[in-house]
Formats: sequence, C-alpha cells, structure tokens
Amino acid sequence: MLTQEQTASISTASGRDVLLSVRNLRVWFELRRFGFGIVGHVRAVDGVSFDLHSGEAIAVVGESGCGKSSLMRTILGLHRPTEGQVIFDGKDIHALGREGLRWYRSQVGYVQQDPFGALPPFMNVEQILEEPLIIAGVKDRRERRERIRQVMEEVKLSPVEDFLGKFPHMLSGGQQQRVVIARAMILRPKMIVADEPVSMLDASVRVEILKLLRSLQERHNLAFIYITHDLSTVKYFSERIFVMYAGQLIEKAPIRSLLDQPLHPYTHALLAATSDPDARNAHTFKEVPPGEPPSLVRPPAGCRFHPRCSRMIQGLCEVQEPPELEPYPQHFTSCWLYRQD
Amino acid sequence: MESAAHLLRVENLILHFATLRGPVQAVDGVDFDLDYHRAVVILGESGCGKSSLAKAILRLLPRNVARYDGHIYLKGSDVMRLNDEEYRRNVRWVEISMVPQAAMNALNPVLRVGDQVAEPAMVHLGLIRDEALDLARRMFEHVGVPQDFLTRYPFELSGGMRQRVALAMALVTSPSLIILDEPTSALDLLTQANIFNVLKRIKQELGTSFILITHDIATSSELADDVAVMYAGQIVERSDAERFFHEPLHPYSRMLMASVPRLRADQEPEFITGQPPSLISPPTGCRFADRCPLRFAKCQEPPPIFEVDGRKVRCWKYA
Repeated sequence: MLTQEQTASISTASGRDVLLSVRNLRVWFELRRFGFGIVGHVRAVDGVSFDLHSGEAIAVVGESGCGKSSLMRTILGLHRPTEGQVIFDGKDIHALGREGLRWYRSQVGYVQQDPFGALPPFMNVEQILEEPLIIAGVKDRRERRERIRQVMEEVKLSPVEDFLGKFPHMLSGGQQQRVVIARAMILRPKMIVADEPVSMLDASVRVEILKLLRSLQERHNLAFIYITHDLSTVKYFSERIFVMYAGQLIEKAPIRSLLDQPLHPYTHALLAATSDPDARNAHTFKEVPPGEPPSLVRPPAGCRFHPRCSRMIQGLCEVQEPPELEPYPQHFTSCWLYRQD
Repeated sequence: MESAAHLLRVENLILHFATLRGPVQAVDGVDFDLDYHRAVVILGESGCGKSSLAKAILRLLPRNVARYDGHIYLKGSDVMRLNDEEYRRNVRWVEISMVPQAAMNALNPVLRVGDQVAEPAMVHLGLIRDEALDLARRMFEHVGVPQDFLTRYPFELSGGMRQRVALAMALVTSPSLIILDEPTSALDLLTQANIFNVLKRIKQELGTSFILITHDIATSSELADDVAVMYAGQIVERSDAERFFHEPLHPYSRMLMASVPRLRADQEPEFITGQPPSLISPPTGCRFADRCPLRFAKCQEPPPIFEVDGRKVRCWKYA
C-alpha cells in the first residue's frame, strides 16, 4: 500500500534520474506464408513511449494478446525493435555488443510467470544461483557462496542449508518463485522485470510473494516493471500504472489518480470487471464491452478501441488516431473524449 | 423424508486414493446440501481436495481409488446405491453435468463444436442428430455464441467462446445441477466477467443449480448463494454468502478472506504462514491447528461441526 509520503513522491518522480527510456517503440512480427513471402505484420507493440526512473515501480496492465509480453521481452533485449529505442542508463541496449549485453543482463533481473518452467529441473538451488555469478565473472568460490547465502536469506529461503541441495521439483510453488526471485536479484540489478509473478500461485502465497517483491524493491531502490492482468494487486505494488490495449499504452497515470478517476473507456471496463469479495455481486450483472480485442495484423483505423466503445464519437474515433492527452497533471490518456477545443 | 427438500445432499462422503506412500485422503468426510435454484461455491487452496470432491460427486474416478463411500442424495434418493451403468444412464449428464477445469482445451479438435454440443443430447436424451443440433443451437443462444459457430472447429474460436461452448455442452441435457471446476481461471478479465454474466442469466432463466469450485474468492462472490470452505479434505465452514463475505467464522476462512487484495478498499492484504498438511497423514486433531493463530489445547482433538445461527463451522472456538 502506498503511504502518503510515497504518493507525494510521485509528483517529484520527475526529479529522479531516468533509468529506462522507451522511445516510440514498435515491435512487428513478420507473417509469412509457407515460410517465405511476407504477407503482413503482427503489430504486437505499436508506438510505446515511457520513462522509468530509478527506484520507481510501474505496472503494465492489459489482457492477453495486448502486447505486454512482447514489450517486456523487447525491453529485456530478447526481441529486436522494428522501430524506436530502448535506452537504459544512457545506452541504446539494442546497439550493445557482446560485452555491453553482458553488462546489461547484470543490471536487469527477470522474474518469470511460471516458476517451475523457469527453473532448470536438473540443477539444484545452489547451482541455479551460482551460474549467473560465474557468467558475470565472480571468480572467487567463497565470495560466490557468500552471495548465494545472502540472497537466499533476503528472499527468506532459510535455513539456507535446507534449500541449497534441493531440486526445483522438491520445492513448493512459493519456494520455487523465491528461487526465481533470488536468481533475478543475485547480480544486484538496478531494475527488475516481473511478468505476472504471482498468477500461478495460490491465493495465500500470492500476497506473501508480492510483499517480498515490494520490500526488495524498497530496500534496494530498484526500478520495477510489474506486468499483470490483475488490477486489484497493482495498488499494493506500484506508483504508476500503464494500461495497454492492442499494442499501445492508452492510459498512463499515478495509481491513485487512475483508480479514483479512470479516463479511458477501456480502463473503466477493466475496473468494472474486477470483483471484490461481496455478496451483492451475485445479484448484479457487469457491464462488459461487446466483442473482443482486435487483430493486431489489421488493427482498426483511428482509435483501436472504437468498435467496442459505448462513447465513440462518430466521424472522429474511427477515422483519426487519438493523440496522447494530459487532462490532469501526470495523467495521460489517448482518447478523443478528453480533447480540448 | 428430510433430504427430499434438497436437490443434493452429501453425507460423510469419502474418497481416498491409493499411492505408494499410503492412501491420500483427498475427500474425507464431507457433508453439505444444496437447495434447488441455488449456487454453492466450494473455496479452497490447491491440493485441498476440491476437484476430487467434484469427481466424487460425479463418480468420475481414476483407477487408484482406495476408498469411496458415503451418501449422495439427489432429489431424495441415494445415487451411491446405483451401479455404474445405472449411474451413467440416470444421473451423469442427465441430472448432473460438469464443466471441467480448462474445459476450453478439452474440446475435440477434429469435430465441429455444434456436433460436440449435440452429442450428449443424442446419447442421454435419445434424440436424432437434427433434433440434437436444434437443441445445441438453442443452447448457443443461452450462452451467447453466434449460431453460425455451430459448424466451426475449436481452433477457430477464442478461449472465451470455447469456454461458452463447454458450458453449452453441460447445459444441453437440461440437468438440474452443473458442477463448474475453475470455469474462468484461464480467461481474461473481461471474458471472465462475461462468463459470469452468462452463468447468472442461466441461473435466472433456466433455474439451474451450480456447484462452483474455485480458489478465487473475489470472483466466486459473483455467483455464490452459499459458500463452503474446504481445507485438507474437509469442509471447515458452511455459510450463506451474505454473512460469509461480511464476516467468515472459521479462522482459516478469515485468513483466506484477509489475503484477498481489494480494488475498492484500502486494507492491506495478509498472508497465511505455513503450508496445508499432507493428505497422506493429516494431523489427528484440527487440521488447521498448525497454522492457526487462535489454537488452544482443545485443538489437539478433531473438532466436530458446530452450528452458529444456522451456519456450520468445524472449530473448537464455537463449542
């Protein structure tokens, strides 16, 4: 939960250094017929820009297929952008050489969605945590031991001796996710990217892992990108929230501002569809926009949400793509409803 | 006869699986009842036996069953007395059907979805193909799938649409009870909201009863009239939804409720320390005692079910 001071610090966020800058990023995947001949592109990420300050936690929220994983993988350097740049600490990460990439990988930790799938089944916890240190060139075996012990205590895998020799299948889901987090933390990164880190875990463990991530983020002043589809967890976690739809960020706002006065009709729909445990829910129907997210091969002209939008403006929304507007300070949205004229 | 008042009454239901390390007590003495036109939610963490309970009710058993007994009264008669063939002919899919977990991936990829929905009607109601397809068309209408999807294959449909098709398949024989096992856990937020709208409408229009099995407390409130909380093979609390979501009784239910992150309230979620006990050798006393902040000496004995204002709870605190 954000305290008052933390909420206040959002307005001063611009005073902090920009750690990651994503500029007009496009990631298009080629669609080929029979293996050759390009017949189109899947526009997974289509014009995304934002700045992330050091020590700041942001959440990217969207449904599956909206491009949030492609965005994340491009930031991690796993996809090449079709257009635009990802700048980390002043360097364009897609222009880095071998050595540069090795440096970048030590600066950025990645927490995967499915912990069991993310851990090699034939390595024990010690080997899993030692490998990044070896690759990063920590030669002294004693130092490696010490750092493994430190990071395991930090993610509360203690007593350490009980876990060092265990293989992933011998651990519970929550413990597996702790190993994944330890692996992401062991090189002391400046930024963590977490892709749905708790969606595969049980309800009671979820909160525990989220609180662990939050405390690590605060203690080490980490920049954090939290990718999720679950709006109810983001306010415990991040300062700003980005809503993604069909490859674009359609709303960017400080978390309070977004929850108190959501602007984009799609954000409204997401919030309305999120349930809190309440017996009254059983007697009311939810308002859900009709249809489904558009194809990213041929996205609709104009605003990509217009075919599903109940507040669509005829002759504008289906013709012209909405620019990014700032109706309230630091609260941006790409929606014609908020145009000033 | 008392049980005739209920659509379903489960008494002391037991389902144990044989493993090399001993019998797993997945369902261990479960009692609950369900009235006509109501929905009960069975809440629990993974491994608490909630899916096994569904299988036990529908008698969809694997081969390694060590023990399966108790009573299941459906409209007053004990279906546990029926042999497998009688059960298949008179109960499964005729009176009780099911939407299994990840049902959207359970459709046959090489058959048109219309034929798949029509099949139970041909098998159980003895309809000819055209009549069954007609019925399937009507079911598609109920669940909100366009009629021209009848001739499509599963791969041509989105996840939400396939989930609706699986629901149509459960509905086609007009059963009085449908068991839903995590019906929306693989679906997106808006699709999930859509499916719950569909379920509510079916409940209103067709008067079908539901058993909803889930670990997702927040969305479970979208359908629940009653709530049963399951822990380590047993039901530890049984309550109406109204009072449950307001103030659960059992310490486990309270902690489960406190672990839910909320969008519209500013309360910090809490987590439950420790892990559920092994179902091979569960504790002899209260099964939650190890993780319970309120435990006292009495908790070393197994608690019976206590009744508190018509709600049932398995906890010594309410003795």
